[in-house]
Amino acid sequence: MIKIVKRDQPSRAIFFFTPVLAIFLTLVAGGLIFFILGFKPFEALKFFFIVPIADKYGFSELLLKATPLCLIAIGLSFCFKSNNWNIGAEGQLTFGAIVSGGVALLFYEQEGFYILPIVILAGAIGGMLYASIPAILKTYFNTNEILVSLMLVYVSKLILDYLVVGPWSNPEGFNFPETRQFSESAKLPLLFEGLRIHAGIFLALAAVVISWFVFYKTYLGFQMKVSGFSLKTAKYAGYKGKKMIILVFLISGACAGLAGVGEITGPIGQLHREISPDYGFTAIIVAFLGRLHPVGIIFASLVVAITYLGAETAQIFMQIPKYTGQVFQGMILFFLLASDYLLFFKIKFIGLKK
Amino acid sequence: MHKFLIRSFVSSLVLLFTLTVAAVAKDVKAAFVYIGPTGDHGWTYQHDVGRKAVEAAGFKTTYVEGVPESADAERVLRQLANSGHDVIFTTSFGYMNPTNKVAKEFPNVKFEHATGYKREHPNVSTYAARFYEGRTILGTIAGTMTKSNVIGYVASFPIPEVIRGINSFTLAAQKVNPNIKTKIVWAFTWYDPGKEAEAAKALIDQGADVIAQHTDSTAIVQMAEKAGVYAFGQASDMDKFAPKAVLTSVENNWGPYYVDRVKAVANGTWSQKDTWHGIGDGMVVISDLDSQMPADLRSKVKKLQADLASGKVHSFTGPIYDQKGNLMVAEGKTADDGMLAGMMTYVKGVEGDIPK
Repeated sequence: MIKIVKRDQPSRAIFFFTPVLAIFLTLVAGGLIFFILGFKPFEALKFFFIVPIADKYGFSELLLKATPLCLIAIGLSFCFKSNNWNIGAEGQLTFGAIVSGGVALLFYEQEGFYILPIVILAGAIGGMLYASIPAILKTYFNTNEILVSLMLVYVSKLILDYLVVGPWSNPEGFNFPETRQFSESAKLPLLFEGLRIHAGIFLALAAVVISWFVFYKTYLGFQMKVSGFSLKTAKYAGYKGKKMIILVFLISGACAGLAGVGEITGPIGQLHREISPDYGFTAIIVAFLGRLHPVGIIFASLVVAITYLGAETAQIFMQIPKYTGQVFQGMILFFLLASDYLLFFKIKFIGLKK
Repeated sequence: MHKFLIRSFVSSLVLLFTLTVAAVAKDVKAAFVYIGPTGDHGWTYQHDVGRKAVEAAGFKTTYVEGVPESADAERVLRQLANSGHDVIFTTSFGYMNPTNKVAKEFPNVKFEHATGYKREHPNVSTYAARFYEGRTILGTIAGTMTKSNVIGYVASFPIPEVIRGINSFTLAAQKVNPNIKTKIVWAFTWYDPGKEAEAAKALIDQGADVIAQHTDSTAIVQMAEKAGVYAFGQASDMDKFAPKAVLTSVENNWGPYYVDRVKAVANGTWSQKDTWHGIGDGMVVISDLDSQMPADLRSKVKKLQADLASGKVHSFTGPIYDQKGNLMVAEGKTADDGMLAGMMTYVKGVEGDIPK
């Protein structure tokens, strides 16, 4: 007989085991879906998860794809750890890209070592400004940050639309919705000739190290942790809640803004309407899959990044619909949330007594 | 005699070689990159119909759907160029820069970019259709069928392509009915059924009884069907989605061009081109005319279609005035391609301003 028993304490081992379980279950379910669709499951999984990163170029593309996901997820982990539900990283990414792109366009056809740092800084500030809106509204007007941050995503996309269609559109571009190409000095340097991977990856790695330090070595990290467990306890302990809320939103916004900078000054090189395939939303999955732990997020961003690349390869070589990539992302989150049940409950096998 | 033998030997060798090359060249593989899903029944759907025509002609094809115009486009293109494809069709404007970038790295692969203007390398061609010719037909029908004299038009983005369509449509409608007004709603999207339906509803609420669209979903014709007004299908024949509302559709017919270009790659005769084909070349096709239209209108439309195809009628024949009354095209003149390509002013009779 099977009996389900509540645990006294959430299991720490299971806490880090469930993401692995979720990925495993996703692979099994994915193979099953491929089988039902009439594809050979193992071949399909090979084209999905191995072929795309089998060569140097593929691996560099994986890192390129994982960079914004990792950066945003690290930022989000500050918010999520402290019970602040910032759903609007996509908007903060977009607004960061707008501000940094605007600065890059100011330096059109100018060269100089000082340009890039200004452009990067502008992106971080843009993201912070945009994240401060839900933070301030939450702290001073008690609004729901989930709604406000989410709605602001659409606002930021409309602002971007307006700018690239109108005032910032390329004067030589027949009114198509895109800006001029940025000058070389406003673009992140490439790490290797012929590959697209750029210096933005160092920003992501720096974010990982800094977040680890803040989470586990500082008073702020401790405050965040306590607020995460119980807001009432935090209040009782006398923590200045408002300051912390604004701070975590600013950090989160800066990270998302930097991810936007990485896209437009990296592989894209200009502003246009589609600068991000919803990295800001996918990073939410990454943050949870990585258990809000800096190292976990690195691995999670690589796993989720590969679902993008794999979907393309699987369609090119096996004509599997590309949207299965999104199905995989959805399944990972689904299985993760489902297996979290094991955190709080034990399954006991009890022998039948005669 | 000696020379003759050698010559015939050499020429037969050449012939043999050509035959072998032709036989091998049949293995040409074409790839297609789509912005949307193949099931959108609009833009991407029609490109995929074109791809199937290439398959039917005996060539292998590959496609990748839903490729965002973000940094991802470049990777998909590079992967296709790297995996044995000889010609790659990139079917959305936003692929312009990635197409030219990847084309530089793969000089032996041919690239065909739809609706763009950059051909930075000899292996990049561009192609587009003269959809405005189809809109001349739609304008003629709309101007005749409207009772309220208000015609709605759901537009996507204020680029010359779309402005040209609005103008061509309005000019044709005015010709048959000088009292009409064209009201525009900018949806700022190419494909978003929700937004498109809302835009159509707003126009119907303002009294429009014929709705035209320059966005790709079937939501607008379905909204028109519900409201009991007329509409036109975009990109593909949308009659089955709204049998009462749809009077006709302007179909994008890419098949002949695709087959042509892939064959040219196979024969080794491919060269860089900038193609802009209309009704005459069969790239723009008018679907069956609905029986709700009076018989004389139907025969008038048929004749107009033939005249546009032969070049006897041009969509932009003067005198054409802009909204302020300034002369754009003089009497007896027609607008040249340069003017059409950069058209960013409304003609008289269009309401509102172009969003800036």
